[in-house]
Amino acid sequence: MLESILTPSFFSSVLRAATPILYATLASGVASKAGITNMALEGIMLFSALFGVIFSSLTQSALIGLLLTILCGALLGMFLAFFVLNLKTDEILAAIAINLMATGGTVLILLAFSGDRGVSSSVQSVATPTVTIPIIKDIPFIGEVLSGQNVLTWLSLLAVVVMHLLLYKTPLGLNIRSVGENKNAAESVGINSRRVQYIALILSGALTSIGGFFLSGGYMNSFTKDMSSGRGFIALAAASMGGNTPIGGFLVSLLFGFAQALANIMQLKSFLSYEFVLMVPYLTTLIGLGIYYYSQKKKRERLSGK
Amino acid sequence: MDNQVVLQMNHIMKIYGNGVVANEDVSLELRKGEIHALLGENGAGKSTLMKVLFGMEAPDQGEILLNGNPVTIRSPQDAISKGIGMVHQHFMLVPSLTVAENIILGVAPKKGIFIDSDKAVKEAQKIAEEYNFDVNVTDRVEEIPVGLKQKVEILKALYRGAEILILDEPTAVLTPQETEELFVQLKKLKEKGHTIIFISHKLDEIKKICDRASIMRNGKSMGTYEVADITTQEMSRLMVGREVSLTFDKNEQHLTEDVLMKVRNLTVHNSQGVLKVDDLSFDLKGGEILGIAGVEGNGQTELINTLTGLNKKYRGTVEIKGKDIAKFSIEDIRSLSLAHIPEDRMASGCAGNLTIQENLFSNQYKDRKYSGRLLLKPRAIEKRSDELIKEFLIKCRSRKQNVAMLSGGNIQKVIVAREFSTSPDIIIANQPTRGIDVGAAAFIRQRLLEFRDAGCAVILVSADLTEIFSLSDRLAVMYKGKFAGFFTDVEKVSEDELGQHMLGIKKDDVLEGVLYE
Repeated sequence: MLESILTPSFFSSVLRAATPILYATLASGVASKAGITNMALEGIMLFSALFGVIFSSLTQSALIGLLLTILCGALLGMFLAFFVLNLKTDEILAAIAINLMATGGTVLILLAFSGDRGVSSSVQSVATPTVTIPIIKDIPFIGEVLSGQNVLTWLSLLAVVVMHLLLYKTPLGLNIRSVGENKNAAESVGINSRRVQYIALILSGALTSIGGFFLSGGYMNSFTKDMSSGRGFIALAAASMGGNTPIGGFLVSLLFGFAQALANIMQLKSFLSYEFVLMVPYLTTLIGLGIYYYSQKKKRERLSGK
Repeated sequence: MDNQVVLQMNHIMKIYGNGVVANEDVSLELRKGEIHALLGENGAGKSTLMKVLFGMEAPDQGEILLNGNPVTIRSPQDAISKGIGMVHQHFMLVPSLTVAENIILGVAPKKGIFIDSDKAVKEAQKIAEEYNFDVNVTDRVEEIPVGLKQKVEILKALYRGAEILILDEPTAVLTPQETEELFVQLKKLKEKGHTIIFISHKLDEIKKICDRASIMRNGKSMGTYEVADITTQEMSRLMVGREVSLTFDKNEQHLTEDVLMKVRNLTVHNSQGVLKVDDLSFDLKGGEILGIAGVEGNGQTELINTLTGLNKKYRGTVEIKGKDIAKFSIEDIRSLSLAHIPEDRMASGCAGNLTIQENLFSNQYKDRKYSGRLLLKPRAIEKRSDELIKEFLIKCRSRKQNVAMLSGGNIQKVIVAREFSTSPDIIIANQPTRGIDVGAAAFIRQRLLEFRDAGCAVILVSADLTEIFSLSDRLAVMYKGKFAGFFTDVEKVSEDELGQHMLGIKKDDVLEGVLYE
């Protein structure tokens, strides 16, 4: 067991498993910074996984397929924003609606599109390529971990940097953070809070959709019903544990990637029953949240106590 | 040049959607470089007038002339770009950002697509120095005291080029020393040619710092006066429409034999574990008002929450009428004839979406007079509601009106009516007159005195020092969870001395007269 963990290929699979969660975590972070809990991540991810397969098969181009999927993800983010900001729907209820719509809607759309039931076996989709960077390739261990990763995994690392710069170095980021923290204050200096929150949710939807695209066009090569399997919700927890910052979210995503990769290995080495192994990522979430909030509580007490 | 008019609001009319006439033919004229007081009771239309000026509400009629030119102000941004700035009563700051970031928020200097943070700090520093504001612009706002936060607010407005500055009750949250400092600063702003609109209830402050005062009542202008030519009595008469006594003639004190409340070594930590009440002991007898002064956040809230049973986590003992309340529910404590007027009337004082009647009975619906075995007795409740509405002068359309629809002063009257109608022996009043009009405040203060005379024990926590001085028999100053000062002869205490205790500059180690032993 331990030998199979301490290998470059295991860490490589950690990165791969972390990728979709990382996109959704960044997405959750930016929405939370703007003061909105985007619980629709799960549904947006599932829709995107399907759209990725459909668009890439229609265009026979992974890139165009990806761009169209991002557009759809952005539209879904905007859809949520419209309900929450214009119609004043409760953000959790609106998200539940999107999530339920995704569960049923993806199966229906897939059936209508290809006649497939639940798995897109007859759809000729195009997966995103893997990338090996020459210099990095030659670094021992790390080179092996990073080489041959999907282009979207590389992009997710870039996304962490971009989101960090966006939130902490640009005027838009300052506006997002101030709207999330004190909407009245932001509005009093002329910031259009609704516009800022729209932007944050659209960005959130777009980021999630890359994660969804990766699921069916990188991690796997086809769409399976409910294939997001709670990653959107895990990302909510991950973002919260990472303080809704991109860097923090990145680190916590790695932890969940680790849990997922571990579960994958445990399935192969099955010394535990299959059902239990499948539970690992979710159990990690629960334990992670428990430890995190307990330590936060202790920290608060320590800081304020004598 | 001296009397150059910078702003005129002529014949402003504003009727809200629900038919309330908030401003009826109101006019206001500002001269360059003056501090102009805007006076009026709550609901008199001051806020509406300022919202119109700051672009938050569109007037139905009337015109605004800025330097003689008619202008339309569509939004706060619009107002800001025309050189009008507003410092709101509730600070509009983002706590986790630095002072500099708050100042440049929305108008951040850019370097490419990024914020030029060096320049932001430099510019914030520059404006702070230019106006002599002693703030460190790299501090986080959540870590600086209230007085400084207000300065940041003023700087924010100045950074945006405000020539006309609206200050909405700026001294409400300040200590006397901080108020003094603010006044010095305002005078400097005035010398630099800024025009200031100063909204306040506190007539002595207006006397001290303002040049002219415009008074409003019931949505109408009651005229503009040179402050030097008008007495505070006249001002309050114009505001309220009748004579209001600003001082109270206190009757001779008759203390009861029994100690009604006995607090020993009370220590309370808040939910974050911060020590808020530090080993506090005191006694309270019937027939007295114990005033508790102090800057907000020095443990007053935690003390009151513990005495009234809202907070159960404490060390030490609290005895009410000889009974230890440690295991008492709030209902048990109230059944010892304790009444509580909470600090935040909307959050814990009333249920805004219930009717006046329902709120009036929320503490006595179990009384057999108003409730049978299963059902309430509507007729008895309605009759009593109407009596209370009449007795406490609650201005409303009917007892079925939702409490949230009333003005602040009237909401407070509903709460006070509810608490006083149970004929309590102990009244704990936390900021009972905050943010309500002079008439309602005087009414409540008078009532508290009547209860005192009838042998009731009163604890009064208030940020209004005039109120504290005029009502208290004994006076405690809270600083960091302790009594930093205790006075049994309130008349001999000066406001300045009190302020020094509030800021912790002066601390009495030996407190006399806190206990009756």
